[in-house]
Amino acid sequence: MDILANLALGFSIALTPYTLMLAVIGCFLGTIIGALPGLGPSNGVAILIPLTFSLGLDATSALVLMTAVYYGAMYGGRISSILLNIPGDEPALMTTLDGYPMAKAGRAGDALVLSGVASFVGAFLATVGLMLLAPLLARVAYLFGPAEYFALYLLAFCTLGGMASNNQAKSAIAACLGLGIAMIGVDNSSGLPRLTGGNMHLMDGVDFLVAIVGLFAIAEVFFFIESHGKGSSIGVKLERVTIPWRDIIATKWTMLRASGVGFIAGILPGAGASLGSFLAYMSEKSVAGPEAGFGTGVAKGVAAPEAGNNAAAGGALVPMLTLGVPGSGTTAVLLALLMTLNITPGPTLFTDRPEVVWGLIASLLIANIVLLLMNVPMVKIFVKVLSVPAWVLLPGVTMISFVGIYSLSGSYFDLLLMVAFGVLGYFLRKLDVPTVPVILGILLGGHMENALRRAMVLSDGDVLYLFSTPIAIGLWIAAVAGFIAPMFLRGLLKKPQAVTD
Amino acid sequence: MASDRIFGLVILMTALAYIASATQIQTSFLSDPVGPKAFPILVGIVSAISALVLIFKPDPDPNWPAFRTFGAILIAVIVLVIYAYLLKPLGFIIPTIFAAGILSYQISPRPVPAALTGIGLSVGLFILFKYALDLGLVAFPKGWLG
Repeated sequence: MDILANLALGFSIALTPYTLMLAVIGCFLGTIIGALPGLGPSNGVAILIPLTFSLGLDATSALVLMTAVYYGAMYGGRISSILLNIPGDEPALMTTLDGYPMAKAGRAGDALVLSGVASFVGAFLATVGLMLLAPLLARVAYLFGPAEYFALYLLAFCTLGGMASNNQAKSAIAACLGLGIAMIGVDNSSGLPRLTGGNMHLMDGVDFLVAIVGLFAIAEVFFFIESHGKGSSIGVKLERVTIPWRDIIATKWTMLRASGVGFIAGILPGAGASLGSFLAYMSEKSVAGPEAGFGTGVAKGVAAPEAGNNAAAGGALVPMLTLGVPGSGTTAVLLALLMTLNITPGPTLFTDRPEVVWGLIASLLIANIVLLLMNVPMVKIFVKVLSVPAWVLLPGVTMISFVGIYSLSGSYFDLLLMVAFGVLGYFLRKLDVPTVPVILGILLGGHMENALRRAMVLSDGDVLYLFSTPIAIGLWIAAVAGFIAPMFLRGLLKKPQAVTD
Repeated sequence: MASDRIFGLVILMTALAYIASATQIQTSFLSDPVGPKAFPILVGIVSAISALVLIFKPDPDPNWPAFRTFGAILIAVIVLVIYAYLLKPLGFIIPTIFAAGILSYQISPRPVPAALTGIGLSVGLFILFKYALDLGLVAFPKGWLG
């Protein structure tokens, strides 16, 4: 009964009044961030990381606060999906398919509560799955040497690139951009500067927080300038909110199945929440058959992607915590948070710092319950947030980003770099180049190179060492398959178009 | 078509420049078999190949905004760059009023709400950061308040 003992340790950390307060604040802030159009889990968490860092919270408190924000933003995202037909981030796209028609039919309140319950079920089951699976995987991860880690990082880039873009060449370019940026600065093993162009500011490298905030938050401002804050559909009014018990009971199997599908999709490195909600929706659609009316505003069509999305978000934490490889954009941001707090994810995290892992898991469970309790009665307050105009919100986000990055280093150079990343992010997204591999490259570039170099030291320069164990070979095969397969499966995995008015 | 080809060309040039500067990296006497050059060169080669693929097999063009909108984005970038330089010497409040106001005007071109947004955000965020979050921000240039 290791798990129960560990869980007790986690709750002893997470249930102190102070951390509980942080969890509640985080959930509240997160839901608002998620509900705000133009802000989603990844950029919301991204702009808050530097601020949390400069507040001087200790590692566990900061982790509890930010995971609460992350979960809250996932919850909040469905409010704009359902009421405005604007998905806050990519996985929420599937929720608009049935959520918005349901809201238009006058059942906005039902759709919101139902999706809240589905999110809860998905996230709760995924957290339980995380508790059971992560320690096992952590034990497997001890078998990983540098050769296996190198192949694993490659796998993450390949599957993420394969899933995230419609063009393999573009995702490869994105990953290389990130990896290339990660190389800038002083080389770890020789201690000599690399690729800095003689610029003193670049000696200690490009801070990944600067890149994340630039690519995610500043780029968003340029998009809003392009659209002049228009392009948002007319919202649906929310009348009264009651708990639709009948729908909840009718969709219980849908939620359970979708959670399972989402969790498995989330565990795959690089696949993440988008695939989770997509597969959950599609599999429920085929289970229910054509007469169920998916796409016209049915309860199952709201419950399935929400449960799948949140289960995948939990599942994505498994490879992130045990192997240090994030599965999606938002987990990449969470990895950035851990690295900022000087916590290195990996198998040793479970033995060396159990209080961090189990405190995190316990606070995920708590955040989940807080969110469910908070969302049903307070949904009207969160809906009000939707009416914040873009011309106040986006300048505000920019200023918060500036203050956050400025408070990290106090240097104008990082601010300029952040603006440059914003411009880069705008053009990349315009050209349909995914930005998540860039972030992943910056985060993992150093580790990936170290793995390669350590492997070569062990084998005295023999390249075949990289393929010397069954695990490494398996990972290489999976990486190649993950990169190539989406080219042929593209027709099959075609995403349904968003509902238009 | 053209956008992807230009993008591919830019990436190709960058990759070649990157490889060229990677070959100039100094190696120390206690080096490992791989050394500090190999991985950057590898990354450069992969991106050069991907860029070539993009040049020969481009996707359809995205919908680029009108020339005037590009102007608005360019103004926003310039404002943010100036803001980055002024934040330290001029304190938080004054540069933020202008930066937030101009950004707001670029999103929705109405002068009065934009000006109010600038002032409101500047003062509001300063109070939030300084007093609620206890960050060490400076309101005005040194010497203004004695």
